[in-house]
Amino acid sequence: MTLLAGADGPSCYTRQVNEWICSDYLADRRSEIVDATVQHIAITAVSVLVGLVIAFPLALAARRFIRLESTILAVTTGIYTIPSLALFPLLVPFTGLTPTTVVIGLALYALTILVRSLLEGLRAVPDEVRESATGMGMGATRLLFRVELPLALPVLMAGLRVATVSTVALTTVGSLVAYGGLGNLIKDGVSTNFRAELFTASVICVVLAILLDVLLVVAQRLLTPWTRGVRA
Amino acid sequence: MTVFTDMWDFLTTGANWSGDGGIWALLVQQLLLTVTALAMAVVAGLPLALWLGHLGRGGFLAINISNIGRAIPTFALLALFVKADWPGTDSLGPYGRAGLATLLALTLFALPPIITNAYVAMREVPAEVREAARGMGMTGPQRFFRVELPLGLPLVMSGVRLALVQVWATATIAALVEGPGLGTIITDGFFRSNYGKGLAGALVVAVVALALELLAALAQRASDPTPKGGPSRQADPLSPAADTVDANADAVG
Repeated sequence: MTLLAGADGPSCYTRQVNEWICSDYLADRRSEIVDATVQHIAITAVSVLVGLVIAFPLALAARRFIRLESTILAVTTGIYTIPSLALFPLLVPFTGLTPTTVVIGLALYALTILVRSLLEGLRAVPDEVRESATGMGMGATRLLFRVELPLALPVLMAGLRVATVSTVALTTVGSLVAYGGLGNLIKDGVSTNFRAELFTASVICVVLAILLDVLLVVAQRLLTPWTRGVRA
Repeated sequence: MTVFTDMWDFLTTGANWSGDGGIWALLVQQLLLTVTALAMAVVAGLPLALWLGHLGRGGFLAINISNIGRAIPTFALLALFVKADWPGTDSLGPYGRAGLATLLALTLFALPPIITNAYVAMREVPAEVREAARGMGMTGPQRFFRVELPLGLPLVMSGVRLALVQVWATATIAALVEGPGLGTIITDGFFRSNYGKGLAGALVVAVVALALELLAALAQRASDPTPKGGPSRQADPLSPAADTVDANADAVG
């Protein structure tokens, strides 16, 4: 019955004791926890990056063709409305029970936030700045990369933070197709009534979200040194 | 693809819709949960947020509660509630322990968008309007009920709408902890390798989610006191440019 029949008496994660916080669990299942965390980070990072890569041309297209803008925004809003537990199964016929399913689903959610913040950021660039850049002889590409994108960066980074934090939380639902990072541990904790596993995975998840958020704030400060004096 | 024909068969079989574990019963169950949780969150959060917004206090908490809510995985919170000794017993409420845990989790997840939007709505009433109302000799409650609340209502409603869609999504996830609702069809289909069934459940959930969003958008439009084309700063709620997924939007669970 006992999981550990050690001489030290019952550990804090036997069926009888089943404590929420248990250092023995951390020590004994270390590799399992690390693996889940690494998978969680990998899925989150790839999803947000894929979302960003797709959001970029979409936002540019939406900006260039006004008619396309409402369509793109309507479709992305529609996707955002679909619950993740429903979105993953809808993708399974095409991608199967693979990490790809989770990544595509999460990338779609990240995309909806990122397209909006990209558009908003680009729109916030003052017209006179754009005009003086054109007056200095900049072409469309140089204007975009040298002037507009840097100025849109603060708004984009705000969107990226929201997208990243939500993606960390949403990755747990990927446990439906067995690729949910820490969500797999949570699912296992629920089905085997294992409190320490459940609690540890949940806490790591929240800590991960906060860490990534802080990381992005630091990145933003480094990338946009000119805003530092303004925003006290 | 055989999965799609399986899905179609599942959806067109009348027996799957009726009965105790049928689609209709689960749909009603989930709608009931969603509405109850939303009502609880509105009662608990809305007056406080509106009052704080009126006073202009507690802004830090009102704004940041959304950020906190976003970082906590729905699944994790649901799981913690279900496995905790508190609240309740195994038989409390119509849907048992998981039902009560779900209801609590749903209420908690509905709070951030409601609170943040209500607070911002009160704060975004133009200062000149506020001043004019004060200059006319309006008392605090008069300013609140006759000026700030009507002007802020569209944004308040957009928060409730956001919460509604989010609660529906979260209620689906309840199935991962053997909770009530339509998600059961999805998880059941998956864990028994009956992907057609899982897909059918997912389709029903997604369609209802979109329908709810549309209904909420219509309700929000009806709540806008400024006539169409008037000086309303709020975009048309039905147009996709409206802030359905604004910076305050939380992850749809």
